[in-house]
Amino acid sequence: MDPSFLPRTVLLAVPLYLLLVVVLRGRSALAKHALAVAAALAVSAALTLLLPAGTLSYVTTFLLMGSVYAVLTLGLNVQWGYTGLFNIGIAGFFAVGAFTSALFTTTMPTGSLAAFTQQAFGLGAPFWVGLLAAGVVAGVLALLVGGPTLRLRGDYLAIATIGIAELVRLVFQNERWLANGPQPLRGIPQPLSCLTGSGCDWLPGFVNAFFEPLAPRDYPYVYVAIVALVLFLVYTGLERAIRSPWGRVLRAVREDEDAAAMVGKDVAAFRMQAFVVGAVIMGMGGSLYAHYVVAIDYGHFDPLYGTFLIWVMLMLGGSGNNRGAVLGALLVWAIWTGASFLVDALRPVLASVSPVLPQRGPYIRFLLIALLMLFVVLYRPRGVLPEEKVVSLTPD
Amino acid sequence: MVEVRPLPRSRALRRTVSTVLGSRWALVGLLALIALLIVVLSSLQGVSATRMLGLVVRGVLLGGVLALGALGVTLVFGVLKMANFAHGDLMTVGAYLGLVVMSLLPRGAPLLGLGFGYEFVVALLVAMPLVGLLAYGLDRVTFRRLRQRRSAPVMMAMAALGVAFGLRSIVYMVFGADFAFYYQGRARPVVELFAGVRVRTDQLFILGLAVLLIVLVYLLLERTKVGKAMRAMADNPDLARISGIPTERVVFWTWLIAGALAGAGGMLYGLDVQLRPEMGWWLLLPLFASVILGTIGNVYGALLGAFTMGIVWQVSTAFVNPAYGPAAAFVVMILALLVRPQGLMGGGR
Repeated sequence: MDPSFLPRTVLLAVPLYLLLVVVLRGRSALAKHALAVAAALAVSAALTLLLPAGTLSYVTTFLLMGSVYAVLTLGLNVQWGYTGLFNIGIAGFFAVGAFTSALFTTTMPTGSLAAFTQQAFGLGAPFWVGLLAAGVVAGVLALLVGGPTLRLRGDYLAIATIGIAELVRLVFQNERWLANGPQPLRGIPQPLSCLTGSGCDWLPGFVNAFFEPLAPRDYPYVYVAIVALVLFLVYTGLERAIRSPWGRVLRAVREDEDAAAMVGKDVAAFRMQAFVVGAVIMGMGGSLYAHYVVAIDYGHFDPLYGTFLIWVMLMLGGSGNNRGAVLGALLVWAIWTGASFLVDALRPVLASVSPVLPQRGPYIRFLLIALLMLFVVLYRPRGVLPEEKVVSLTPD
Repeated sequence: MVEVRPLPRSRALRRTVSTVLGSRWALVGLLALIALLIVVLSSLQGVSATRMLGLVVRGVLLGGVLALGALGVTLVFGVLKMANFAHGDLMTVGAYLGLVVMSLLPRGAPLLGLGFGYEFVVALLVAMPLVGLLAYGLDRVTFRRLRQRRSAPVMMAMAALGVAFGLRSIVYMVFGADFAFYYQGRARPVVELFAGVRVRTDQLFILGLAVLLIVLVYLLLERTKVGKAMRAMADNPDLARISGIPTERVVFWTWLIAGALAGAGGMLYGLDVQLRPEMGWWLLLPLFASVILGTIGNVYGALLGAFTMGIVWQVSTAFVNPAYGPAAAFVVMILALLVRPQGLMGGGR
């Protein structure tokens, strides 16, 4: 048997376990967790045994990127789904989070590398510090944008968010000193990548020995566990918040802000809170993205990948429903990645139309996603999993 | 039109202060302050007066192109109550349609000291109505359904976003991601206007045509029955419908005019700079900044806003990296929103 079977099974069981914890209902806590652990290990072992290694790592990478987008979609769900704030500059918060985390965790380049890479600072901090810093900086940005625009009608916020996304993109494109300008900022550390290499010196020996068989190319198995954990924490945190009196006020503001103001709620303050919370989550999503792709530049935060795709995910999944947001993210990511196979298959047909068309195949995916958005807005505005009636939690 | 939080009732002084601060003249004052700041900065940084004057002239020229787009945005907003985020991409489509028409025609000699031949004018005349019809066609398949369902305006804005990305992906597919020019490597004649300020003759043509189109729109709105109906719809849609105004026809004319202006704006911008699939998206921000500065839905405000934003965009290039031009327009918009959210021409206070 492949020696990496056990560590891969354990790592892949983490997202499955977290999924089961969310999905399973109506059992006592201990039984639920025991069942979830057993089922997750069984499914993960079966997948690792039955699927060819290449397919499995493809599925893992798919889950990983889908989960990163799910975090971003959850952030948008707080803003749009629950509070009705029309943010079409997600890419700005996404980019700020990614670059902040990168600057916090990389070290200043030295020697000959310094000639190629310029950055404002590099603290060499651990991943979790970068993740939190990404959230904080994106939240501060949201405070700055929200101040002048949140008390106005929705269109103004929309324009202001487009503006901030463009401004952020322009800054990271033109300011070489900040984060290497138009060149990619490289060498963003991958958390726990030591598990797939020579072992982590701060971990006990038997843990390192267990993960010993993993090669660097198995890193997605490690990272999918980390992303799934962050996604799980964001999801459960939001579910609690939405079922709290705070979440109830957000929905009241969305449905009828005058009525909410009549019963003494400070509408502007609640809007600002929701906007900032959403932006913090988006910033953290940016951090998760940066630490996976290792090298980032402004081009990664194009309005299409950075904003529009996330909107389609939320609208298709079901705005105002956190499960819908996660499901939508995975579904649209599947359509997006699947469409590239479709485009590959269509290559001969495209070539017969025009010799330049096969290279422009990727734009067919753009069109597909835009049509999907229009279809959802026109025919299924409530999405696959429509918003459910939410009852506030009673104190335990 | 604009919801502003009520002021605290009991504090008369604060109220007076904020009334003064939020008045139209405060916003005019803010713009004057920005202008003064620019003059001071330019003398400190040793930017010559000729260069500044040249940038202001260029700003007015750019303002003409922005005005064509902003007029469409504000008309659609006034009549249909939707923020049309696809407007920039309609400009892109217009620019590329012009390119297609020009590629079908034989190249003529440059017209009277300009940098382009008759084919550009023909392309303009073909592209303008085509973009207008395209805009109306898109309304039929998307926005009209939402209107009939009485969807929230924000759903229409979202549909517009979908249309915007769809149009751009088609432009990418047909023309590729590279930039294009109407005329490659042809001399572009330059004239001296005054005091060493030199502009290309093409740019004078662009401004002249923009002003002509603006005057035509003015006449249409003020002197024709359709224009009167459009103003009535903008003012009070329900009352307009009760008075027997054929709303669908007004919608048709609104899209035709807005689309034609967008097509012309896109082609003129393409003639002055270049054609890129993203050009419309980049213009969207200055367009909306213009419309918001001049009060959203107000035609004359949009013109005022467009020329202001054009000048801000160009003049900012004397101090910061020219890439930040659209961002400078954005910053002025945010400052204006802080002082007076309803814009220059808005009512109240």
